[in-house]
Amino acid sequence: MQKRKISIKNLASKQIIIPLAALLLLVIFNLINDYTFFSIEWGQNAAGGSILTGSIISILDEASELAILAIGMTLVTAASGGQDISVGAGIAITGSATLKIIFNPNFGEGTAVILAILMAVLAGVICGAFNGVLVSAFKIPPMVATLILFTAGRSIGSWILGGGNDNATNGIFLKIGQYIPGIPIPTTILVTAVVIILFALIFKFTNLKLYMQAVGINSQSSRLNGLNPTMIKFLSFVILGICVGICGVLNTSRIGTINHSSCAKDIEMDAILAVALGGNALSGGKFSVTGAILGAYIIQFLQKTLYKIQVPASALYAFKAVVVIVLVIFSAPVVRESISRNWKKLTSKKSSKEVA
Amino acid sequence: MENKTSNTNFFKKFTNKIGSMTETNLLLTITITVFVLMYLGAMLFLQGGFLTPQNFFQMLNENATLIVLACGLSVVMITGGIDISVGGVTGLVTMCSAVYLGEDSSKSMWVVLLIALGIGLAFGVVQGLLVAYLDIQPFIVTLAGMFFAKGMTTIVSTKPTDIKHEGLMALKDTKIVVPGMSYVNSHDIRLDSYVEIGVLIALFVVLVLFVVLRWTKLGRSFYAVGGNSQSALMLGINVKRTKFLSHVLCGLLAGLGGFLFLLHAGSGSPSNGGGYEMNAIASSIIGGTMLTGGVGNIIGTLFGVTSLSTIKTIVASAGLQDGWWTGITVGFMLCLFLVIQSIVVGRKKK
Repeated sequence: MQKRKISIKNLASKQIIIPLAALLLLVIFNLINDYTFFSIEWGQNAAGGSILTGSIISILDEASELAILAIGMTLVTAASGGQDISVGAGIAITGSATLKIIFNPNFGEGTAVILAILMAVLAGVICGAFNGVLVSAFKIPPMVATLILFTAGRSIGSWILGGGNDNATNGIFLKIGQYIPGIPIPTTILVTAVVIILFALIFKFTNLKLYMQAVGINSQSSRLNGLNPTMIKFLSFVILGICVGICGVLNTSRIGTINHSSCAKDIEMDAILAVALGGNALSGGKFSVTGAILGAYIIQFLQKTLYKIQVPASALYAFKAVVVIVLVIFSAPVVRESISRNWKKLTSKKSSKEVA
Repeated sequence: MENKTSNTNFFKKFTNKIGSMTETNLLLTITITVFVLMYLGAMLFLQGGFLTPQNFFQMLNENATLIVLACGLSVVMITGGIDISVGGVTGLVTMCSAVYLGEDSSKSMWVVLLIALGIGLAFGVVQGLLVAYLDIQPFIVTLAGMFFAKGMTTIVSTKPTDIKHEGLMALKDTKIVVPGMSYVNSHDIRLDSYVEIGVLIALFVVLVLFVVLRWTKLGRSFYAVGGNSQSALMLGINVKRTKFLSHVLCGLLAGLGGFLFLLHAGSGSPSNGGGYEMNAIASSIIGGTMLTGGVGNIIGTLFGVTSLSTIKTIVASAGLQDGWWTGITVGFMLCLFLVIQSIVVGRKKK
């Protein structure tokens, strides 16, 4: 009896319970509403290869960028206590850098792809380093510092491409955003999985997580303990920059072109939302990357569910807002405390009655 | 020799004076100086439209909404929060009003004002409650607010609607002549400079907020809570109520901003007010309000809006035709301002 009580208490006190519960609710809702939502079938793509189709596959596919961004955003949030709102604009920049190489006729297909990926990551690192310097060296709050690239990024993107906007014909490049022949799931899912595993390994074998938490909780005392908060904050932005670079490649390779004003629109908001839904405090400190990734998939899952029940795309925002508000209310410490207090009262009343 | 010493004395006095300024006043001075320099520079080197006074007033005409939104945001930012729902609320207000009025001229204009303030108040109260009393991060709450407003706008109607209400149109076309500011245009015709009604309302809001922030208990408690909410609590300030009120005020002003948008553009559209939240935040920052809270000035915000608009006009009239230059220049200016602010404030702390 005693043991069980403790385990429930532990589970309820963990922040990750909220995204898990949300995911469970969505799954149950879809099961009741239309269980074919979960069916995965064999289909054929345009190239004639047999592929897996189904809502779940497309959720995993479409949430790729968001999940990758959520990882980087969690680190930035944890270390600097603020958020990077320039990731959407960053994707416009890195995507343009990618296409600039792809459109260059001097490279062969294979070389162009490798160079393009390197270029995108480099562009992402430069963006991240720019934000990182402003935040760590100039002590500007992250959201304000990244406002610069937020306003300028999409313009920089179209400046890089010089206004020209063709469709990429590079076959290898397009396979990144679509399918590799013989593999029945979208390549983006594989890329995301690789990125997630890489980060998991980094967290497992380095002290990065510990350092970032220490800096986020109290940068002054972490400095006294021999860490370099400036460097770690800078590093978190650079890592996010790498994530943005990868997302730039994924985003442009899906359709082989870029629309600077609408590509990855509002993705910064979704990424921050994913971090918050994952039970991370937006003021920094302790963090859970797993939660954030889960948050990203929940957002996409929710979006897909709303489409499924025929909510028009333009009205999606309103429903999303309601769900978000309900989720954050339930994960707010104040509410959780009062719920657990009332719960205790209820249970203690019961037990006292039993005694009586 | 003597001259030199008096010069250094003057310089010393000057630096002392700067050193003794509060952060708020220092940042305000920088903002106003940069704006004046920028405008004078544009008058000298670009000439053209910049030489006519109407150029300046037209800037106000086009940015009345932004001024009001940025004022509300400044209050929230001074209190240490942020509100990114203002643009969405503006769009929602214009859409609701346009749909309500339709082509019917018999409906009352004052209902529109009520709709505007009501929607704004509703957003402000709900967001304020969630932020202040449930202790949820303001960014997430107002992000949801923005999503909700955007979604509701398209639920109300998806197509852009022009307003044909006579009273409102008359109000929209009212031009208030600025005395003593007439000029001669290129066709040798003497023209009067004018402002729209929205500008008067916006300037009135600026004035009221300036007084409130400087001389009332509520205004001072905004600064206290933003500066250090812990010590504000110990001073006996109701921190939660103050935060709540800042969001209510911001929401209310966002609603009013929507009304002013209507007065200027005369139509409701889902794209109305898009990107205004970030423009308003940028204006507040250029105006010397710090996102960390406790520092800021409404007059600075006014100059922030005009600075932002001046940059855009300069880029447009300097012959940089390609659309992307505006974004890059604004970003560059923002960067410059932020670095200056950071250096100035950092040096003062030492």
